[in-house]
Order: sequence, then structure tokens, then C-alpha cells
Amino acid sequence: MKPVFAIVYKDIAIEFRNKESISSMFWFGLLVLVIFSFSFDSTEAEGIKPGILWVAFSFAGILGLNRSLSMESDNDCLQGLLLAPLDRGDLYLGKVAGNFAFTIVAEMIILPVFAVLQHLNFDLKLLWIVGITLLGTLGFVSIGTTLSMISAHTRMKEVILPILQIPMTLPVIISAVTATGMVLSTEPGAMAGISFPLSLLGVFSIVYLTASYLIFEHVVAE
Amino acid sequence: MTRQMLAILSMIMIPVALYCAFVYAPTEATMGQIQRIFYFHVPQAILSYTSAILLGLASLMYLIKGDLKWDRMAYCSAELGVLFTVTTLITGMIWAHPVWNTWWEFDARLTLELMLGLLFVGYHMLRAYLPERESRARLSTVFGFLALLDVPINYLSTYLWEQHHPRLYGPGGGGADPAINIALLVSTITFGILYAYLLTQRIAVARIEEEVEYLEQVVQV
Amino acid sequence: MESALALESQDIQKKFGHFTALGGVSIQIPKGEFVTLFGRNGAGKTTFLKIAATLMRPTHGTLHVEGIDIRKEPEQARRHIGFLSHNTFIYRDLSAIENLRFFCRLYGVDASTDRLMDMLERVGLRRRANDAVRAFSRGLQQRMGIARVLLHTPSLILLDEPYTGLDAQAVAMLNVVLDEIIASGRTVILTTHDLEQGLRAATRAMVMDRGKLVLSSDARDPAIREAYSRLILMGGTR
Repeated sequence: MKPVFAIVYKDIAIEFRNKESISSMFWFGLLVLVIFSFSFDSTEAEGIKPGILWVAFSFAGILGLNRSLSMESDNDCLQGLLLAPLDRGDLYLGKVAGNFAFTIVAEMIILPVFAVLQHLNFDLKLLWIVGITLLGTLGFVSIGTTLSMISAHTRMKEVILPILQIPMTLPVIISAVTATGMVLSTEPGAMAGISFPLSLLGVFSIVYLTASYLIFEHVVAE
Repeated sequence: MTRQMLAILSMIMIPVALYCAFVYAPTEATMGQIQRIFYFHVPQAILSYTSAILLGLASLMYLIKGDLKWDRMAYCSAELGVLFTVTTLITGMIWAHPVWNTWWEFDARLTLELMLGLLFVGYHMLRAYLPERESRARLSTVFGFLALLDVPINYLSTYLWEQHHPRLYGPGGGGADPAINIALLVSTITFGILYAYLLTQRIAVARIEEEVEYLEQVVQV
Repeated sequence: MESALALESQDIQKKFGHFTALGGVSIQIPKGEFVTLFGRNGAGKTTFLKIAATLMRPTHGTLHVEGIDIRKEPEQARRHIGFLSHNTFIYRDLSAIENLRFFCRLYGVDASTDRLMDMLERVGLRRRANDAVRAFSRGLQQRMGIARVLLHTPSLILLDEPYTGLDAQAVAMLNVVLDEIIASGRTVILTTHDLEQGLRAATRAMVMDRGKLVLSSDARDPAIREAYSRLILMGGTR
């Protein structure tokens, strides 16, 4: 088994054991949805539905990134990983894969709840939203993994991560919300321009996966 | 020496630019006198982006070379970045208020400027939480470089934003009158010289600050 | 390229901002030696060991492990190095055997259950193979750390104050393992505050002070004890 896969497998095994990441992400996302459902009645909520979903995903995502981080700082396990004959970029990819998997699982539980609370039909549109979620989460997690590792070296780890993550991922949120809005819109031809936001999500992911892969050794070095 | 020259040049150019902006340039037909803020707003916006580019490139140079002087340049540019982002936003709002009747709209340019401002502030907050010099340099330069990559992506996404939030009639560009373009050029050059002066001066102060920090450590030990 | 030296460093320096942790350390350690490194807190022992383990990058200088330049080929070098500090780098949510299996995979070595059980037997943890490490005492966790270090059969083993916080039984077990390692021809570098434990099986001893190597000699040389009491017990020349 290649070392990268060993890391992903290990993260999944630990998550299976304590289920802390996915459950806390899911519950937090759900609470955000509930707050929004109480704050806006159904007519007001029409235009901002996509926004509600992605706010829930963003905050749940940040929670997940923090959790993944604390797993490695416990017992200084990160040092154990750095001792191994493992390229730092591969270490980064392993962590991204794990973070991506957990966040997607939590999001796939949040999504049906969102559909129910916002009176959506369970039809093909949801598949589109799943696709947008996959792309958006990839971008979110690709930069988030790097930023969470950077934050880990600071004094106030959990506080600094959102301060860095939210401005950096605004393009992801804008694109994802726009695309989701296009999917949910009842106007004919609303989906015509959907390739642009989707491409932007793709570009974001590629840029940050590549940049982080190359630069990660500086993040973990001392 | 260079700094003195830049200071003198700035002092000469500033009154010239003010003259161009307030007297030489014609009053714009539709918007009236408020349009003159354009001669300040545009150079400030240009310089906020210049700061972002300097931050990103200086950060990259630090990561390659490991020389702290690049990190100094990075955070000094980022400080000026905050300054010029804020002034761009304020002048943008002042300009737009009489036209839109509101202080803020998620206009593409303002939104982009806001996103840039958040990145600069995030950069400084990160530095504030890293007490040790080497790790401060190392981690903030990684962030600085990644932030630079974000700028073109942000630009594309605000374009997307505008598609769905069609821009209200707002601050437009130049015009046919060559006097406007000349005034803008003069103003931009003046701001550029001022920026160069501020940056070099700030870097010099930063060097002294670090010397003082070193001496404090030595005395304590 | 085969080298007779397990570790060779030339003018290793490490600066943190303006603070110099290591001011130029040059060491040559032949294979098979058991070296104990003494020094006060802040002398630079841990910093040097971390650089040798490739966890830290030196500001200046070169270091070769088994003839491999750690700056040019860090991954290759890591295959030959085992590092243990008072943090065990073990995942508390996994069981003992799951932890070892993970590290085997990370190093690309045989991860068969038989081999892992043998390793656990060696450190006296065979009966706790399937227990979550979370429940282990400090002594048991340290044993897990030792097992982790030996998994990929490194030829150079670096131990940063391994005796800290261990009870007598764990200390005895650690010494048994160290004796086995030396008997198999591998090299050990150990840092400790405990003079007697440090000199027990050492062939060579070194003393560091304020980022520099002050003395390097045979372990039985009385100059070592003298330097130890002067620099470490008495507080040095301040």
C-alpha cells in the first residue's frame, strides 16, 4: 500500500472509531440550516436558498478542518508522519483526500435535510447540486488543508483558520451559490451559463491543489 | 538618498496632481464635481493591486531564497495594501453615494476590493499570532503567495457575481476628453511615486524595528 | 556509496531569528557506536537530534546519515533513521497493532500480523495488541513508541530523553531493547539528563553547551563526569 493511501486509510479508520468529525460537522451544519429556516419565512427564503446551503457547508467544513488538525497535533503525531520517507506533497494529498471524504459525507447528510426544510422536490436537480457540492468541496478542502496546517503553528489555531479560510474561499462560495441558484431557478434557460461557475470551481481546485502540493514542505518544516 | 529623492519628487508632484484633478480637468457632464474623486480612487485601486502583487512575489522570493529582507518587503507591501484598499473603498463609496443613494452595493469593483482587503487583514492577523521570527516569515509568506493566486480568481468570480447582480449605473471610466486622461495619468504617477516613497521608508523602519527586537532579546538573555 | 560513518555533520548551525541554538556542530560517529549526548536544557541537544532526524532544516552546514546527504535525499535518509522523543507519535484512537500496521505501510515494510505481533512481544505488549492506545499508561505508550521506532529496522536510532517519565520496569525494558540494538550492529545516539543511565551502555559520550560541542570522548573517560558536574550540575560558567 502506498504511503499516501495508508494515511487516508488511517484517517478513515480513526473516524470510524470515534465518529467525531462527521457527526460534529453534520450537527453544526444542521443547526445553521435550522437558524436560517427560523430567521426567514418561505417567501423571503426563495432567493437565498443556495446561500443558506453554502453557509451551512462552509461552517461545517471549517469545523471538519479543525478536527482533522487536532487529530495530528495530539501526541505530536504529525512529527511521526514527517519522519517517514514520504514526500511532503504526498502528505498534503493524503490529508486532502481524508478531509474531502469526511466533508462530503457530512454534506450528503445535510443536503436532504436542506431539501426538506426548504420544500424542494427530490428530483434530478438534486443530482446537479451534488455535483456542484463535490467540486466546491474539493476547492474548499484543497486550500483549507493548507491553511489549517498553517494555523496549527499559531497560538490561536481554531480562531485564525476561519479568518484565513473565508476570504480565500469567497470565489468558491460565489461560484457554488451562483451555480446552485441556476439549478434551483424555475426560469427557463436559467442553466444556460452554468459551465462558467463550474469551470471556475475547477480552476480554483486545480490552482490550489497544485500550489499547495508544491509549497507544503515550507508549511510543515521547522 | 533614493528615499529623499522620492520624498522631494512627491512633494513636487502632489500639488501638480491636485491642480490637474481640481482645476485642469473639466467638470464631468453627468456626475458633476463628485466625479473628480475618480482621480484619487483609480490610482488607489491600482496601488492596492500593486501591493498584492508585491506581497505575492516577495513572499515567493522569501520561500526560494530564505532571506528575511524579502519577508520584510512582503509585510510592508501588505501594510500599504491595507491602507490603499481602505482608501479605495472609502473613495469608492463617497463617489457612489450620490449616484446610488446608498453607501454600499455589491458592485464588482467594490466587492473585489473588499475581498482583497480581507486577504491583507488575514495576512496581518496571521503574523500577529506567530511570535517567532522564522515561522512568522515562513508561514505568512506561504499565505501571501497563495493570496496572490486568489486575486485573478476573485476577479473572475466577481464578474460572475455581476451577471446575477446587474450593476446599477455607477462610477464609470474615463471619457473622450483627453484632459481627463492626462489628469488621471498625472495623478497615477504621483500616487506611484508616493507609494514608492512610503514603501522604501517603511522597509527602512522595519529593519530598525527588527534590530531593536534583537537587542531586546540579547539584553533579556 | 557505503560509508563507515553512521552520522557525519559539518558545521551544523541553527538560528531562530537572532537566537543561535546551534553554533556550528561537527560530529563524526562511526557505525555501531552507542553515543550519549549530555547537556543542560537549551544546550541544543534536541535541536541537533531533530536536524539529524530531518525534522528540522539547519540554517547552515551539512549532515550525512549512512553516507546520504539529508538535504539532497531526505527521503532516502529517513529510511535509515528512527527517532523517539517523549512524545510517542502514536494515534490514541487506534489499537496497538493498528498503529504498527500503519507505520509499516508508511515506511513500505512488511506489515504481516506475525511480524507485528513479534514486535509487540519484544516490547511486552503482545497481550494488549487489540486495545486502544488511549487506555495505555505513559510507560506502555513509551513502549509503543519504541516498537514504532524499530519497525523499519533503521540503522541509526535517535532517542531524545527516552527515560523521562518512565517507571523502573519500563526503564529496564528500554535498556534490554537498547542492548539488543547495539548487539545487532546498529548505531544509537541518546540524549539524557541522567548521568548513570546515559553512561550505562555507552561507548562514546559527548557534552554540549550553549549550542556547541564541548567534549567528545570515550564513555569511560573521567573528563565526561567532570564536564557533566561542571556544566550541568553546577550551572556552567555563567
